[in-house]
Amino acid sequence: MARKDASPLIFERSIADRFAYSLPPVDVETKDINSLLDDKFIRKTKAELPEISELDLIRHYTELSNKNWGIDTGFYPLGSCTMKYNPKINEKVARIDGFATSHPLQNEKAIQGSLEIVHDLQESLKEITGMDEISLQSAAGAQGEWTALMMIKAYHEANGDHNRTKVIVPDSAHGTNPASATVAGFDTVTVKSNEKGLVDIEDLKRVVGDDTAAIMLTNPNTLGLFEKDILEIRDIVHEAGGKLYYDGANLNAIMSKVRPGDMGFDAVHLNLHKTFTGPHGGGGPGSGPIGVKADLAKFLPKPLIIKEGDTFKLDYDLPQSIGRVKPYFGNFGIYLRAYTYIRTMGPDGLKKVSEDAVLNANYIMRRLEGTYELPFDQHCKHEFVLSGSKQKKQGARTLDVAKRLLDYSFHPPTIYFPLNVEEALMIEPTETESKETLDNFIDAMLNIAKEVEEDLDLVLEAPHNTVIGRLDETQAARKPVLRFEREDIIEEKK
Amino acid sequence: MSHRYLPVTEKDKKEMLEAIGVSDISELFSDIPESVRFESELNIKPAKDEYSLLRELNKIASKNITSTTHSSFLGAGVYDHYIPSVVDSIISRSEFYTAYTPYQPEVSQGELQAIFEFQTLISELTGLPVANSSMYDGPTAFAEGATMAAGTTRKKRIVISESVHPQSLEVVKTYCAGQNIEVVVAPLDGTKTDLTKLDELVNEDTGAVLVQYPNFFGTIEDLEEIERIAHKHKGLFVVNSNPLALSLLTPPGEFGADIVTGDTQVFGIPAQFGGPHCGYFAATKKLMRRMPGRLVGQTTDDEGRRGFVLTLQAREQHIRREKATSNICSNQALNALASSIAMSALGKRGAIEMAEANIQKAHYAKEAFKAAGFKVLGDVNFNEFVVKLNKDVTEINDELYDSGFIGGYDLGLSFDEYRNHMLVAVTELRTKAEIDEFVERLGEYNG
Repeated sequence: MARKDASPLIFERSIADRFAYSLPPVDVETKDINSLLDDKFIRKTKAELPEISELDLIRHYTELSNKNWGIDTGFYPLGSCTMKYNPKINEKVARIDGFATSHPLQNEKAIQGSLEIVHDLQESLKEITGMDEISLQSAAGAQGEWTALMMIKAYHEANGDHNRTKVIVPDSAHGTNPASATVAGFDTVTVKSNEKGLVDIEDLKRVVGDDTAAIMLTNPNTLGLFEKDILEIRDIVHEAGGKLYYDGANLNAIMSKVRPGDMGFDAVHLNLHKTFTGPHGGGGPGSGPIGVKADLAKFLPKPLIIKEGDTFKLDYDLPQSIGRVKPYFGNFGIYLRAYTYIRTMGPDGLKKVSEDAVLNANYIMRRLEGTYELPFDQHCKHEFVLSGSKQKKQGARTLDVAKRLLDYSFHPPTIYFPLNVEEALMIEPTETESKETLDNFIDAMLNIAKEVEEDLDLVLEAPHNTVIGRLDETQAARKPVLRFEREDIIEEKK
Repeated sequence: MSHRYLPVTEKDKKEMLEAIGVSDISELFSDIPESVRFESELNIKPAKDEYSLLRELNKIASKNITSTTHSSFLGAGVYDHYIPSVVDSIISRSEFYTAYTPYQPEVSQGELQAIFEFQTLISELTGLPVANSSMYDGPTAFAEGATMAAGTTRKKRIVISESVHPQSLEVVKTYCAGQNIEVVVAPLDGTKTDLTKLDELVNEDTGAVLVQYPNFFGTIEDLEEIERIAHKHKGLFVVNSNPLALSLLTPPGEFGADIVTGDTQVFGIPAQFGGPHCGYFAATKKLMRRMPGRLVGQTTDDEGRRGFVLTLQAREQHIRREKATSNICSNQALNALASSIAMSALGKRGAIEMAEANIQKAHYAKEAFKAAGFKVLGDVNFNEFVVKLNKDVTEINDELYDSGFIGGYDLGLSFDEYRNHMLVAVTELRTKAEIDEFVERLGEYNG
């Protein structure tokens, strides 16, 4: 690719009197709208929606799509996001009329097919996580975190334990963990990582106490390292009366190898759009089911979907429920994709998924260590974190390396996260990538390291081959322009 | 190779293990404590081939009764609307649906521009200057509006009308419980908010007044009056609104709303058993830096080309962590795209035409029920209204399926005083013949 002119906004393509719709006729007797609505409720200035013909509309969005990078375009090793292949059968299933046009507020007898999918997916996820109950309602990982924390809060309060106001979060945790704790009404306490990148047990003992509501952990953690002391952590937190929360962002590493429920976790959320191939969609929709152990089950969001004989039913009889977190039954369209994926893989397939994801990550890690600094030298799981500190000394920051990767037609890894690694580069290849792709990526990374030494400006001025150059983010934040304004309106305002 | 999605061959594996310096894959998992390793096989169904799985899932889908198989008069927050074919064609482009959040703007200009256009469309419809890049759905966007208003005004009490969607009310209550915000419900006066009671309930400690427009019963609330009540004691005015209706109705922004939220399912998103749909969130300029969710802003590249980036990220969880105004991380980008395409396909003229078709057909149906002697509630409506019947509506609906109809929502499930009342939705897709047959079919339940 090379630089391209900016695409006109769809509003700039608008020509009065054009359109791209075909509505059914209004075949009933009509009345003057002024006789149906009070004048003050009738809009006086029309909404400026664009006016465009069908082909021009298609060309507009096709042009935009050509300026976008997806997994189908090329390798996307974005750490913590699990950018694996999104199977096409999933999309086909989600579009079956019987599912796509199913209304959530119908009588049970009219929604047996949809409920069957929800129920069977719950059962599969129970088995995969080792938890006792699953609720699919939460819209995304962050909402799943908050939902489970609200349940943990309700649990402590039901026990008369009103002083458990704190949630412990490792310093390597994703930003949603502390944010979710805050919106669930908790204070966050940070536990440090040790020199091996794992939870510092001594520091944990220091921060845990009778005010601990829960600890939130990702395992493997955000550095891609397995918290091997998990059983000790479990005992410390449980003995203090706290609950263990499992952030399922990294479940792709351990399916059929170890289950959160068996490790002692009391609650977990999963990201169906990561591990279970719901597409990321350019930022969403996601789906963040939660799983809990039996003692938390009575606080689950309402309703539960249960099976009685051969019939699927909605169970609202949950007096201690935290209530509803999302309308209807959550993001069903994503359940269909996750369910199709699980049925496509089966038990052997899911095991191989985790094995190959871990194999691919370790392979890249070992081939790049030395050239890039590897802060924690041990086997990783499905992802690992390098530090660009060596390149920084030579004048290129991790951001520059990332931008240069774009020229090699690779999406960059996650950068500047986790926070406890300087100039972090977090790489997650996933299991769906071939060795040839990994080798090409490794070659590009090695080349860029060489370029930093030999032709620094080439890296600092990257990307060179994208449709647009580096964008001025400071200007965007200082003088926010968040919507299109027509020239004549801008003139008028002056 | 053992599966079509897993390209690593035995030969690859051997070479890779060698490069890693281990002899067996199990060594890479040796840090998992032995006592908790999962050694058995997951008890889930065995893998199925593509053809057989599609066949099985099609069969399960056929157990559902849907707006494809039946003629639907059910809405209550999820509507059966016209979806232009262009929508699915474009959202099926994998450059859009297999992309992540546009954190690398140089290779995400397509998504970023599409979202910038979405923000503009929502701003146009709501009459507010700033809209974000979407939220999970209407009710959670409404709930974020409540908590944001309480946070901004530092008043931990909100007043919400009982005329909002009952599931919205439940979600608002759950969100507020997390932040110890008191939720006070203003009662109904028929199918509208009781304005006298609302006025009494709103006081100096009230951070926000929340209403829905048109409300759950399809009735159009008097936003002019409610705005006065909401702002009297310096609370914020938060309105949840059907964006299709807003192409015809005076936008809440013009009535002085501070925050407008809602769901764009009405534009290009199928019911899909309740989700994913797409929430929107619009606000005044003053509230811009406190808004939840992602925002896309316009800027320029190093050679002056117009481009788009995620902006004002200092508000968000990945930067502010425990000080973030919301924990929301993902948005509904693909659904926002679907809605943008539908809004653009309809355009300035089509959106109004579609909204008006809803009003006209619903009005015709309402009059047809009245003419047949039914008691009908509500005065000024958009595309829904309430009909009184002589029997439990859930039971009636079970009987209607055999006649090819999906009946309206059973209001008795949510409101004690509205047992035996059906909330009937009539969109632009229903024909005169369908409406006439439906009214006739309900004849035996009149009374």
